[in-house]
Amino acid sequence: MTEPVRDADRVFHNLDGSGDGSLAGARQRGDWDDTRALILRGRDAIQGTVREAGLRGRGGAGFSTGLKWSFMPKEPAPERPHYLIVNADESEPGTCKDREILLHEPHKLIEGTLLAGVGVSAHTAYIYVRGEFEAERRCLEAALADCYAAGLLGRDACGSGYDFDVHVHRGAGAYICGEETGLIESLEGKKGFPRLKPPFPANAGLWGFPTTVNNVETIAVVPTILRRGAPWFGGIGRPQNTGTKLFCLSGHVERPGTVEAEMGIPLRELIEHHAGGVRGGWDNLLAVIPGGSSTKVLPAAACEDLRMDFDGLREAGSALGTAGVIVMDRSTDIVAAIARLSHFYWHESCGQCTPCREGTGWVSRIMDRFVAGAAAPSDLDTLESICGQIEGHTICALGDAAAWPVQGLLTHFRDELEQRVAGGRRHLAA
Amino acid sequence: MPKLSIDGTEIEVVEGTTVLRACEQAGVEIPRFCFHERLSIAGNCRMCLVEQVGVPKPLASCAMPVTDGMQILTRSERVQAAREGVMEFLLVNHPLDCPICDQGGECDLQDQALYYGRVRSRYREAKRAVTDKDFGPLVKTVMTRCIHCTRCVRFMDEVAGVPELGTMGRGEDMEIVAALDGCLHSELSGNIVDLCPVGALTSKPYAFAARPWELSHTESVDVLDAAGSAIRIDSRDGRVLRVLPRVNEEINEEWIGDRARYAVDGLVVRRLDRPWLRADGAFRPVTWETALAAVATALQAAAPERTAALTGDLAGLEGMTALADLMRARGVDSVDCRQDGGAFGPGEPASWRFNASIAGIDRADAVLLIGTNPRREAPVINARFRKRWRAAGIPIARVGPVTDLTYPVTELGAEPVVLAELAQGSHPFAEVLGQARYPLIVVGSGALARPDGAVVLGLARQLADTVGAAGAAWNGFSVLQRSAARAGGLELGIVPADGGLDASGMQAAAREGRLDFLYLLGADEIDPEAFRDTFTVYQGHHADRGARHADVLLPGAAYTEQEATYVNTEGRPQQARPAHPPPGNARPDWKIFVALARELGSPLSYESLDGLRSRIEAAVPHLADIDQLPPPPPPPLAPFGDPDGALDAAPFEEIVPDYYRTCPISRASATMAACARAVADA
Repeated sequence: MTEPVRDADRVFHNLDGSGDGSLAGARQRGDWDDTRALILRGRDAIQGTVREAGLRGRGGAGFSTGLKWSFMPKEPAPERPHYLIVNADESEPGTCKDREILLHEPHKLIEGTLLAGVGVSAHTAYIYVRGEFEAERRCLEAALADCYAAGLLGRDACGSGYDFDVHVHRGAGAYICGEETGLIESLEGKKGFPRLKPPFPANAGLWGFPTTVNNVETIAVVPTILRRGAPWFGGIGRPQNTGTKLFCLSGHVERPGTVEAEMGIPLRELIEHHAGGVRGGWDNLLAVIPGGSSTKVLPAAACEDLRMDFDGLREAGSALGTAGVIVMDRSTDIVAAIARLSHFYWHESCGQCTPCREGTGWVSRIMDRFVAGAAAPSDLDTLESICGQIEGHTICALGDAAAWPVQGLLTHFRDELEQRVAGGRRHLAA
Repeated sequence: MPKLSIDGTEIEVVEGTTVLRACEQAGVEIPRFCFHERLSIAGNCRMCLVEQVGVPKPLASCAMPVTDGMQILTRSERVQAAREGVMEFLLVNHPLDCPICDQGGECDLQDQALYYGRVRSRYREAKRAVTDKDFGPLVKTVMTRCIHCTRCVRFMDEVAGVPELGTMGRGEDMEIVAALDGCLHSELSGNIVDLCPVGALTSKPYAFAARPWELSHTESVDVLDAAGSAIRIDSRDGRVLRVLPRVNEEINEEWIGDRARYAVDGLVVRRLDRPWLRADGAFRPVTWETALAAVATALQAAAPERTAALTGDLAGLEGMTALADLMRARGVDSVDCRQDGGAFGPGEPASWRFNASIAGIDRADAVLLIGTNPRREAPVINARFRKRWRAAGIPIARVGPVTDLTYPVTELGAEPVVLAELAQGSHPFAEVLGQARYPLIVVGSGALARPDGAVVLGLARQLADTVGAAGAAWNGFSVLQRSAARAGGLELGIVPADGGLDASGMQAAAREGRLDFLYLLGADEIDPEAFRDTFTVYQGHHADRGARHADVLLPGAAYTEQEATYVNTEGRPQQARPAHPPPGNARPDWKIFVALARELGSPLSYESLDGLRSRIEAAVPHLADIDQLPPPPPPPLAPFGDPDGALDAAPFEEIVPDYYRTCPISRASATMAACARAVADA
């Protein structure tokens, strides 16, 4: 068993909230330490460091953060201000990392917002907080008020000469508003319908102006990367999969929770070291959804030597996603579990484009038939083909997210499904 | 210019072209539901997916801009599968009620399902049902059929500028809803019926009336306002069942107003279908011979100076010409086409035309509206103003009463004195117009129908000079007529000769007993009370206001029943064509005058339509240039009107208080009455 993340490499020291979350407490942990100097490094240096560090977006897609920032226009035109949006609409089932940051490490996020803002030449940032996160919002706003009072934000932030404002906006409880362009629409006061791309937000985002949207965790690690340097961050994990990462462990583990670990940590170690192991022991493991509800489920056999990073999970036929690890032991009705996810995507489809609007409900209904043991033999093929008709055919990734769990089930648990066909397996054989 | 290949064929397109447009240019058809050329791109139906070589996901071609070197496949297996998939999804919750759906036979979904769909459905679940919505008297909803393309929402938001439609709910539960039940507060609302690719929105008055393949189509022009929108009249068995817009980029693009579309049910009620003669206070039906003999006798008995003729708002050039010729042959000077007393011409055609042209609005960079509400007077022209405003955010100001025009307007006040200030250049907006390259000054016909109309005309003309709007390259002085006949009448010179009576002169003479004979050609927009004791012949298709005190009623043909030429507010002659013959014994207007002239013993110089049209061409050559804008008068623009006269203090007023009922046809229409009621109730 390899070593867990060394304390010295930890970014979030108060993730569990055992320490002092206030500005004073955060300062003791090194936040807001000479932020002015970091700001004064300037846009290009900040972008460069983040890029060299190999930071990939922590919201699910894993796109290079530095590269994303570099898509913003080099110099903002006076009539086209730049915006930074922090996506705190954490709604992916199985994921609860951003809320810990909002609750216990808000200053990492706020300082990161300021520095990322400099990195994309924005003077205004919006933090879009999930509507259900009431306590989190209060923590965040209290921390923001402290920062303004301390001169860390607002005019001449941190005495750097850089003006920077941060606004908190609350969502109204729609999963789709976590999709970056749906979020922008929602922020503009409209229905959270994802936009067609191109144009991408870096060209035409909020109010039509250049905008970067980043996940909370992505932004919150930026100050530490800038302080400790790209080689430090890049030295953790594997190439292209660098740094530490928050993993959310839920389901049938002894001690569910959110932990920080090195990228590429073996799944088994993650579960056994950080979550007290699978309920009833490793051999009782049935399957794991490794990266939040939309990633494809992996059976126990595939979990043995699974490396928890972007490339490791891609090779295994799934994805790191948000690193929301949902562990299921052998008592789980895997079909019912995936059916519940199908129901979720049906419920959360925005309804804008055809395949997702019509397909998610269809998938969910067929899944319900499998759960009830009332599926027709043809339902297996139909399910597979509908998922293929949704995946990749929609405006945003929600369509893919709805298709993947079922596709994972079809790949790894087809047996289970076959048994749920009305009349059982014999029916199929006939 | 980027080059791309489409199914292996190289094509070069203009930068910024979308893949869908490029495919069209290459002659490759791409199926679509949500995409519409004149609306913003929604990209939601996913029917237009195509494959780009080397790109894992299919592209929504309607939204994807072309990049150099793209290789697009539109017939690959993947594309075919994608289309089949989308088609299947669209149909899973679409009712299979084509046999009872009015869209049947002209349904995009039906057609595309045939070409791109699977043979049979795999959907075994319960289908969605959606509560119907109340969009008012014009648009019938069967929302279960909706495929959520949002064309209707985008039309109302973007073109109509009345954002009353939207989507509620999400996912499968998403529905199109109206902000208010009862009616859509737009004069263009009927266009959403055309835009709807399925049978969710259909025409309420036309419900279950006919199948498209039963209809005869007649290409014609609308005459219920002065824009001259291109229309297609669909009729069956001698009855007009519906009117649809035709594309005419110069005028209506592809929209028409609700009155143009829906007033046609008025064509079959209150019709004059035989001649009537008043005897002992009551009308009795008579033969044409008797009626014409009675008219001839009365006309012969009246002295020319005690005889007058007035043409109405729906009269075509042919009818007006024949009437004027007949009257002038008898030495009658009192002939007028201006029922409202508008202070136009005679003389300078630029004084009654929309000189900038309707398409010219697309260039205007500052607009002043004088005493006009284009939204009610010509909704398609108003939509053009809105389109221009959306494209360029141009300043638009108005002298006149405040109303919602669907775009921001700087209201300068309704008092005519503001116009004087503008003309003198002392008003700040004169500077805005002066700085504009294409300043547009729009004078409403109502502003010229006031007692001080000539002064208003003169000041507007003076303003054009003040701000440089009347140049050789751009003449922004534009009159917005409200009736289809007016510009034509003026082009023909249907105005009293020296010493003759104009419309109000005729009323005065009649009241004083100085008028013995009056011929009304569909003149219904003038108070007929004065003509109570005058021998009056009313020729028209509806027994409307003008018939009230008439002594003889002669049944004429409506615009859907005769060959007639109309000149729109731009001065552009266009031809209306008959969809079917006039009902009963009614006759085309010009034929009645030919017969009457014969009865009088002094036949007209023509007895055929061709002869009559040659006569018109000889008198005013450009009226034979059908569909063409008239040649502009040679610069510099002559002065007209009376800028030095005294202005009235009375503010400009709304001249179309009820958009839905403005003419004999729309007043007879039950649909228009329902609309007026719905608007009043809402």
